[in-house]
Order: sequence, then structure tokens, then C-alpha cells
Amino acid sequence: MKAVCYYGKGDVRVETVPDPEILNPRDAIVRVTATAICGSDLHIYGGYIPTMQKGDVLGHEFMGEVVAVGPENHRLKVGDRVVVPFTIACGHCFFCKEQLWSLCDNSNPNAWIAEKLYGYSASGLFGYSHMYGGYAGGQAEYVRVPFADVGPLRVPDGLRDEQVLFLSDIFPTGFMAAENCQITPGDTVAVWGCGPVGQFAIQSAFLLGAERVIAIDRVSERLALAESSSQAEVLDYTKVDVSDALREMTGGQGPDACIDAVGLESHGTTLDAWYDRAKASMYLATDRPHALRQAINACRKGGTVSIPGVYGGWLDKFPLGAAFAKGLTLKMGQTHMHRYMPRLLDHIERGDIDPSFIITHRVGLEDAPDMYKTFREKEDDCIKVVMTPGRTYHG
Amino acid sequence: MATAAVAYGLSRRSFSGMAIAAAAAPLAYRGVTGEWPGWRNGAADTRAALGGDRGIHVREAIRLEVPLETVWGFWRRLENLPRFMTHLKEVRDLGGGRSHWVADGPGGVPVEWDAEIVNEVPNEVIGWRSVPGSDIATAGSVHFSRARQGRSAQVKVHLQYAAPGGKAARALAFVMGRDPAHMIREDMRRVKQLLEAGEIACATPEVSEEGDLA
Repeated sequence: MKAVCYYGKGDVRVETVPDPEILNPRDAIVRVTATAICGSDLHIYGGYIPTMQKGDVLGHEFMGEVVAVGPENHRLKVGDRVVVPFTIACGHCFFCKEQLWSLCDNSNPNAWIAEKLYGYSASGLFGYSHMYGGYAGGQAEYVRVPFADVGPLRVPDGLRDEQVLFLSDIFPTGFMAAENCQITPGDTVAVWGCGPVGQFAIQSAFLLGAERVIAIDRVSERLALAESSSQAEVLDYTKVDVSDALREMTGGQGPDACIDAVGLESHGTTLDAWYDRAKASMYLATDRPHALRQAINACRKGGTVSIPGVYGGWLDKFPLGAAFAKGLTLKMGQTHMHRYMPRLLDHIERGDIDPSFIITHRVGLEDAPDMYKTFREKEDDCIKVVMTPGRTYHG
Repeated sequence: MATAAVAYGLSRRSFSGMAIAAAAAPLAYRGVTGEWPGWRNGAADTRAALGGDRGIHVREAIRLEVPLETVWGFWRRLENLPRFMTHLKEVRDLGGGRSHWVADGPGGVPVEWDAEIVNEVPNEVIGWRSVPGSDIATAGSVHFSRARQGRSAQVKVHLQYAAPGGKAARALAFVMGRDPAHMIREDMRRVKQLLEAGEIACATPEVSEEGDLA
């Protein structure tokens, strides 16, 4: 089959690789009908993610049709149309039972690497380095899905791929970011970073009852999208002092909740970049790692700072004093995908949201090498790339 | 950071490559004498061989979301151990509390010994040790307990291996791997996956075959 493979920094190739096979009883094989490039894939592309190996198949946002199931998978059938969560969860461990799906104990075969780093390992991920399990990703014609009787969500035929594809990561990620804000009616939420996760966080904040959402970025088309698609108020941080503006816009009180959808983009050596396994940080390709500090300082007393932006290591000059003095709540972590997918599918079916609004580029799998570059360089107003295996090569 | 990277780098190196080199000397010796060097006298008394600081001691603990009785039943059937303890090829129940153990040895030559159960309290503890006169002195115990008001089971494992003699100890190191604590930790991770999830997580066919349930 054809698959998008990592070959090194800035080197992504479409190669012919062996088709995946059922390896475990609960597996399924999915024929991919749509797959997206995530901001976090750009970190791999940039050579920042350790434990990547040449030939690794990339991609963790994908959906498709079930073409094979393992003998102990009693939930999926061949022919089912499914969207697959990027985190892999067994469904039976303490964490899965507690609905903390992204912290599954049993899905990362290389958990010991993460344990060295963090004490304990989170779940395995598709196409995101050997530290997260070494699973082949979904930017391919076919993909093996472990624990497929737990993760994949069946989607109705009436919805297009583009409407449900982002249930695989960024819509639930944005939604959990907003849910973590503990929004009550009338609240004002400020969102740093208007990449795809930021865009979904904005829409989700409104879905959850926020009265106002203030979106902060510097990329004009992203601010324009937040304004036009979500009716957010926008701030270009290169043109205004964000803290002053937020204070003024909230009557001197500050936003009730702040979302850091930027994460930490570390610069410099590869060792430094180890800290930065960021999934979401490139959603806003800022070279300013100050979003979190600014969010903590801008947040009103007793408010919540929600962090979907990914951090991988240690933080310098973290204003814990400000967080303590103001009695802030900090909430963060990888998305508990399985908890949100059915509920968000309902929202899509009811027409509350059409997630396809963020797509700017629709291409074939063969276009991946060009599209990684376009996405990284923000050329051509690129916000979100969706690839369809079998689609005509555009290059 | 660096620790993790270094540890990962080490893991990427072929176990067999390193170990075959280490194993070459005793293997050649065995080819001549038909016995493992330094093991000829055997371990007359397992307890003595494993007492104090002697031998390799590894301890590990895990918690599982599985009824205690299920965990106990799985462990008590010693034949199950090779399903998640990768250094074991086979454990055979000989009846009467005795069992025959086979581990991967240097150069693909298996290391074998007999063991007897010396302590057994259902749902609480099982302990075994190699019988006197074995080529390798080994013992193990597993303690079972309940946690979280009985919703979870906890397992504490203590394994001991000892062999007299330098070269034999190196051969033993082969059996136990480069880092016995790491190996046992991975074994415990696998048994947890097996009992909770019903299968051992893997990203490649090679690992799957090791942990095959069939």
C-alpha cells in the first residue's frame, strides 16, 4: 500500500510499504478514506520528536471503512464506516474505567520510555514515535487499529467524511479545552492560538454557553476565520497589548477562563526539542512561547486556565505565584477522546457545528511531501490539509 | 531527558548481539565438557545460594482491575508464566508441587531446572524454589492482595536467581537479560495487559508472536 513515511527532518515520502495485518484479537484494519495533517505532525517533520525511525508511517487523524476484524472484536463489522481516535485505549484498565482514556495503562508497548521521562506513561498514539508505541499511522491507504472494539466510532452515511474526520483529534481536543473552563452562562473566554484546535475551542466555548470568546493570534486569515465562522472577538497580538486589551474588554476584571491552544514551541538543539513533543503548539506557529504566562496573568481571580496546547518538558519562569495568588484552576492533558466523540457526533448530526469549516486544502496522499511544506510555511493561507488516498495527484 | 534517550538507545541495540558475545565463552566450554562452567557442583542448597545479597534479586509490583481470584488462578497455573515472562520458554507442571522450567540460554541452548512450591496460601501467596542439585538456583514468590476496597488486585513479585561461578553468572545474566529489573517490570506490564485487556499491546508482528495468546 501507499503510505506517508518519515525519513528525517524535512523529509517525508510517499512509499510503498507492506499492508497492515491483524496482530491481536481485538484489532481491526481500516481502509482510509480521509486523513489530515495535524500541527503536531509538523514537529515530527521538523525533526523535533525523538524516537522516530526512518520509514515510520505518519498520521493520527484518519477515518475509513473497516475491511478486517480480529476474532475477539465483537463490536465492529467489515464495511462499518468509522472515525478513529488518535489515542489508543484498552477500555479495561483503571484509567479507561475512570474515563481518563488518554492515560490508558495498556496501550503503549514502549511505556517504559515515557516512564523514564514522566514517572508514568500515557496511552499509545498512532504515528507518533516509538516512545508512544511505534504504531503505524493513518496517512496511508490502510491502517491497523488496536483495541478497535473500544476506539473507533461508527458514523452515519448521511455525513460526509469532512464533517466527521476531525472527531479523530482536533474537535474533541478543542472541546475538552472548553469543557475544562467550567463555563457558566455569561462567561468570557479568551483563547490564545487560532489554529485548528483554537478554532474548535472557540466554537466549543460557545456551544457550552460562553457569552463572549476573545481570540488571540497574529495570522490574519486565522483571526478572520475565528471572526467569521465563530463570531469571536479577535486580537492581533502584534498590534495590541493583549493584557491591556483583555482588561479593558472585561471591565477591568479579566476573562473568566483562558485557553492556551499554543503550547510550547522550543527552539534550538534536538535535546531541547525533546521537551517539546507538542501536539498543538504548531497550530499557532508563533515563535513566542509566552502564551501560557500571558494567559495566567490575564485570567481573572478564581478563574480557570485550560491548556490543550502540548508541553513536553520543563517550563522556565512559570508564574506559579500569580496562579496561586489569584486562586486559579489549571487543567490540562491529552484529550480523553473516547469520552467526547459520541457527544460531538450528535452535535454534528444536529447541525450545531460543521467541522469542515477549517479545511483549506484538499489533496491526494501523493501530495503529502508538498503539503507538509506548505502547512509548515503557512503558504497559500494553509490552515488544514485533508488527504484522500486515491485522489488525483495534484503535484 | 538524556536518561530516557540513552535508555531508549540501549533498548534499540540487539539483545542477541550483545548477549551472544557474552555467551560465547561458557558455550565453548560446555562444548568440551558437556556442562556449564562452574555449575558442576550445583546449588546444593537453594536457600544458601540465594541468602543475603547473593544472586540477582528483582522486585516489582502492579495493580490490576481484575478480581483477585482471577489473578491468583492465572499465576497459580505456572504454565502461564512464559506467556508474559519472555525469558522463560516453558514451565511444565510435574505434579506434587514440582515443576520443570526452561529458559532461553546463551546461543539458543536452553537452561533448565526443576522447582518445587514451598509456600502456598490461595489468593495470598505462592512461593517456589529450584530443587537442591539444580544447575541454577532460583526462587520466586508472589504476594496477592486487594486494593481500593476490593475493586483492584495488587501483585508483588520477588524473583531471585543465583549461580555460583563467574562465567556461569554471566550465562545467567543472559537468561535474566541486560537489566533484570527492567525485564521483570516489562513482564509485569505484559501480564497486566493480558489479564485486563485480554491481549498484549504491540506495534509489530515480532512482539505479537512473543505475546501470542493462541
